[in-house]
Amino acid sequence: MPIVTEGLRHVYAAGTPLETTALAGLDLTIADGEAVGIIGPTGSGKTTLVQHFNGLLKPTSGRVLVDGVDTSSRRANMRDIRRKVGLIFQYPEHQLFEETVAADVAFGPKNLGLAPDEVTLRVDEALRRVGLDPAIGRRSPYELSGGQMRRVAIAGVLAMRPRVVVLDEPTAGLDPRGRDEILGHLEALHADGAVTLVIVSHSMRDIARLARRVVALVGGRVALDGPAREVLTHVRELRDMGLGAPPMVELMCRLRERGHAVRLDALTVDEARREILRVVGGGSRG
Amino acid sequence: MPGNSVVHRLDPRTKLLAVLAYIVVLFVADGMYAYLLLAAAAAAAFLATRIRPGVILRGLKSIIILILITVSFNLFMTPGPALFRIGPLVATQTGAAVAAFMGARLVLLIVVTSLVTLTTSPIDLTDGLERLMKPGQRIGVPAHELAMMMTIALRFIPTLLEEADRIMKAQMARGADFESRNLVRRVRNLVPLLVPLFVSAFRRADELALAMEARCYRGGEGRTRMKQLRLGALDAGAGALTLLVVGAVVALRVVT
Repeated sequence: MPIVTEGLRHVYAAGTPLETTALAGLDLTIADGEAVGIIGPTGSGKTTLVQHFNGLLKPTSGRVLVDGVDTSSRRANMRDIRRKVGLIFQYPEHQLFEETVAADVAFGPKNLGLAPDEVTLRVDEALRRVGLDPAIGRRSPYELSGGQMRRVAIAGVLAMRPRVVVLDEPTAGLDPRGRDEILGHLEALHADGAVTLVIVSHSMRDIARLARRVVALVGGRVALDGPAREVLTHVRELRDMGLGAPPMVELMCRLRERGHAVRLDALTVDEARREILRVVGGGSRG
Repeated sequence: MPGNSVVHRLDPRTKLLAVLAYIVVLFVADGMYAYLLLAAAAAAAFLATRIRPGVILRGLKSIIILILITVSFNLFMTPGPALFRIGPLVATQTGAAVAAFMGARLVLLIVVTSLVTLTTSPIDLTDGLERLMKPGQRIGVPAHELAMMMTIALRFIPTLLEEADRIMKAQMARGADFESRNLVRRVRNLVPLLVPLFVSAFRRADELALAMEARCYRGGEGRTRMKQLRLGALDAGAGALTLLVVGAVVALRVVT
């Protein structure tokens, strides 16, 4: 179920002194099963872009096709599009409103008009997917820790069983453990092959960990697009964008400056360790 | 609305008092000449602000229905010699006169007050209000607190709107329907929007209070200001002109 944008332009407050062009003609295709990271400096249009993926925003010009359906056409079934493309906003825990966790997670499935049994089933499944015990469902969301609240909010979208999951800054404001947990669950979700993952983030570390393909936006246009290993090693371009490279790529760069012939494309700590051992001859020690 | 006209540079207190005087006089005014004079004064003030007419007209558009209702009520409900009739409704000559005055009154009211809000930043406005209310402190009017509340409220309106928009979109992404035709359902659907909005408003208020205390805020007493309001020659001129108009309108009323 691909998402395709063709010449997508979006202008905020058109015709007023505050007019700003957020997206300036953007062509992008996200295929089934991909794990795409969208990066870019503040104001580059990342959030605006992903809000087009489920029809929350409509293009000023150009088209957005979700599973072949133009989101601007009058015949487009918005509920269907939003069921297929689950969008998780920044700080999603701010949207929790029900008295219990279970009721909140059930909000989405209920809006789909599912039978009560099916709703309960999905709530439990979604909570497990984000590593929460379904027993937590009886508690009030406001009693939970920040990381748990965020996972409940993510479960609220997963319970609709979307085929594409779009997350806007999923780890912003979390402590390292909360961040690791969420990334781990997202990784597992994608590894199951059930969903296409789209992640918007400033954190190059998160992107390095989750994304297989990276799209960099600058000024509402695609500046870089390619396999994560390729894009994330364009260190100079990334620095010029004010983003910088992921920590391990930076490390490899420094090592290279000091004359070690390491590859740059180490994305995780593990890969970096192996690469360093390979070059300094750790293998001989056995 | 940014700008640097004579009116923009006036002290907010001058503008507030002038508008207050204008509004009072607007309701005292009697007879065509008084209204013409007031309209001329409003037009002069408008020209002095150098605001594009479109901006003012847009402001008037929002109350056009109110004006229409007022005008038609006065036109048809005032007893007097008949002017014309639509079905059972009889428009009277006295009605037409009253309606014209009422309409003019409303339009002038809106124009003049929007001239003030368009040429004064909200901060200046509340500063001016605080200063004007200060004499009332002796009889227990919490001038500073009221002004601070207004400043904060104004400051957070756009923030809350943005927040509401974000939460609405987040709930729409979960299949919420805010556009249902069914009224009961529509009201019930507001719960997923209002609960998070209130929670976040309270959280923001808490954080703001902490941030203010961290910067040693403890009410208005002994607080000095970075921007001192000062009355100048410009204000004296504006004041004199206002007094002139007020005097003329009152005189017209007394004479006729």
